[in-house]
Amino acid sequence: MATTHPAHAVESHGHGHEKQSFFKKYLWSTDHKIIGFQYMFTGMAMALIGAFFAYVFRMQMAYPGEAVPGFGVVSPQEYNALVTNHGTIMVFWVAMPVLLAGFGNFLIPLMCGCDDMVFPRINRLSYQIFFLSTVVILASLFVQGGGFGGAWTAYPPLSSVSEYNLTKIGATMWVIAVALEFVAFLLGGINFITTAMNSRAPGMKAFDLPVVVWMIVIASIMFMASVGPLIAGAVMLLFDQTLGTGFYNPTRGGDPILWQHLFWFFGHPEVYVVLLPALGIVAEVMSVFSRKKLFGYRLIIYTVIATAVLSFFVWAHHQFIAGIDPRMANVFTVTTVIISVPIAETCFLYMATLYGGSIRFTTPMLWALAFLAEFLIGGVTGIYLGSSGADIYLHDTYFVVAHFHYTFVPIAILAVFAGIAYWFPKMFGKMMNETLGKIHFWGTVIPFNLIFIPLFFLGAAGDHRRIFDYTHFPDLATPELQAMRIFATLSLVVMLLFQFVFLYNFVHSLIRGRKAERNPWKANTLEWTTESPAPHGNWKEMPTVYRGPYEYSVPGRPQDYWPQNEPS
Amino acid sequence: MMERLIPGASSFSGDIDWLILLVTVIVGFWFLLAQGVFFWLIFRFRERPSVPALYLSAQDKVIKRWLSAHYLILVCDVFIIAAAVKVWVDVKQKRPPADERVRVVGQQWTWTFVHPGADRQLDTPDDIVTADDLHVEVGKTYHFLLESRDVVHSFSVPVFRLKQDAIPGRQIVGWFKPTRTGDYDIQCAEICGIGHGVMNARIHIASAADHQAWVRQNTPAAAAAGGGS
Repeated sequence: MATTHPAHAVESHGHGHEKQSFFKKYLWSTDHKIIGFQYMFTGMAMALIGAFFAYVFRMQMAYPGEAVPGFGVVSPQEYNALVTNHGTIMVFWVAMPVLLAGFGNFLIPLMCGCDDMVFPRINRLSYQIFFLSTVVILASLFVQGGGFGGAWTAYPPLSSVSEYNLTKIGATMWVIAVALEFVAFLLGGINFITTAMNSRAPGMKAFDLPVVVWMIVIASIMFMASVGPLIAGAVMLLFDQTLGTGFYNPTRGGDPILWQHLFWFFGHPEVYVVLLPALGIVAEVMSVFSRKKLFGYRLIIYTVIATAVLSFFVWAHHQFIAGIDPRMANVFTVTTVIISVPIAETCFLYMATLYGGSIRFTTPMLWALAFLAEFLIGGVTGIYLGSSGADIYLHDTYFVVAHFHYTFVPIAILAVFAGIAYWFPKMFGKMMNETLGKIHFWGTVIPFNLIFIPLFFLGAAGDHRRIFDYTHFPDLATPELQAMRIFATLSLVVMLLFQFVFLYNFVHSLIRGRKAERNPWKANTLEWTTESPAPHGNWKEMPTVYRGPYEYSVPGRPQDYWPQNEPS
Repeated sequence: MMERLIPGASSFSGDIDWLILLVTVIVGFWFLLAQGVFFWLIFRFRERPSVPALYLSAQDKVIKRWLSAHYLILVCDVFIIAAAVKVWVDVKQKRPPADERVRVVGQQWTWTFVHPGADRQLDTPDDIVTADDLHVEVGKTYHFLLESRDVVHSFSVPVFRLKQDAIPGRQIVGWFKPTRTGDYDIQCAEICGIGHGVMNARIHIASAADHQAWVRQNTPAAAAAGGGS
């Protein structure tokens, strides 16, 4: 970085030694770490909102018609708005900002050994647009008519015609917010890709990059390649809503299915866009805490690229029964089921890393191991839904809900907590409390399973999605099924209560935590070679790289780790 | 397996249940194997004093053999795909000849059903139109003509294991053959606005005699007076 953009390097170092105002340092900063924190804290705040929504609509399902403590009686309109915005927020305002932008911003320059992103001002702009999108999506819940309630997939004509969705302003604001969010991530993605390509420390080859950087870069490329059609689709939806065009209106020559294709052409790769950074975090943590060289570094990257490419050819499995030509289903069921091969291979490689290791059960390691165990459930249940014949029945049931929460919760919750527990010392210069961390871990993972295992059975028994009150359906209003719904809801309440342990641990450690040394986990990657927390500009003396990131337990060395920057 | 959660009442519900069972057996095997190996690794290689970790690379032959498990996964995938496509083609692509046809119309937030009446022909004066109640005869093959008047709905009959979205501006034809009498739920399985949760209907599957009696009782007065044809 310093060699390619000397002007900027001088400028950023200059700032690092001055006294900066709070505004300049934390709100208007071009420092990649601060921008990463901005994304991360915004994402975590949105996670609390999304979780509150889940609490309200789960309570309504468990105790239909009764006032929910902290919210009140839930109307059908409010229920739909809560369900819709829970999904939208958790995917676009939690998983994306925390995993991709939060960790991506914080880690890439530190792991590449450079002082900042290639385009720091574009980076700042990226967050500002993201913040604007956050304001718009939250404001949309309070406008006349209420928030948009047409599900996060926003199928027209329900989403495009205000007479049908009854939320004219809310629906339009929803589309605008999502489109702004995409712009923010396009800008961020430019930085991730160019920084990892151009700003690596002297001596660092592409295959000396930690896997998590590879993953974030591949995810950014996937995002950029898939989001274009959806932005076009979103503009058409906006025109249908506001200008009365008929892109999705069959009586005016449009086609409602068009949106579904554009949405899922983006929507399926999007799943892998958030999965890959999570896989990357888990790879770093597993390698460090089993004191093992990551097994099959290149093979992991190749299998992930294979998965990423395949994921562009599976989208219509969301539409098997949506009225597409039934013959198309046969093609998409093949691509969908075949994707299990590379992704299973990735999981095997991760497990092989444990072989012969010396596994330390620290909090980040527990989260990482739980990620793999739980993600496997999400993976195998996907086979049911990818099998076109079985999907006829299981489509749009709670089986689907349980399946994708078994992928998204490991991604956006378990892997994120692994990452926070692991990099907290580098982020804030303090150690987190391990005991509280373990209480939080078990208090999250056990209830998580107790929420979603019943949902598999409820879905198989016929519970269809986005229903605010099952008493209207005699076959579903049985005491046994209702007992399962109540059980899942109460498990959710328990899981949410345990998150206060995390919040307490986070804040308490930030203020009172034990001071962290440079390299508390004895890890190899470059971020651990600078001070904790890393200063503006990251290093006083920029590092040079001599080896790959996973040289643990190399025979004949006194220590079981070998930092990347240590001359041999 | 599925019958314990929900009865099956169509000619293809057993095939779909069988497919779900097949997938359960195959992925269940892999799931238990993978979790078993995973927990064994975690237990076996926990940190022990003075036992350093190994330094292994992916060139190691033994481990490489373990990783060739993905060929076996591919074989399992082929079985699953073949079974899934077979069931799919039978349910969604082939259509056995119809004994009767019914029109199913979704609109916010009601299902309207047009039954053919005594002449077994749609679009004649003796058609019986109902809201939220579909009457069919057990053992007869039905074609349904699915339409929507406003947004996307999804015609879902869980006991048939049948689901098909209704798209405004199009008519989608599908089929079913009831195999068991009784009254069961019909759902709208695609979110369709604030009334989505109350877009419920019932299917009444009756014996031939009972169904004929229902048709006679409900034939519109004008059509009955005109002689039925």
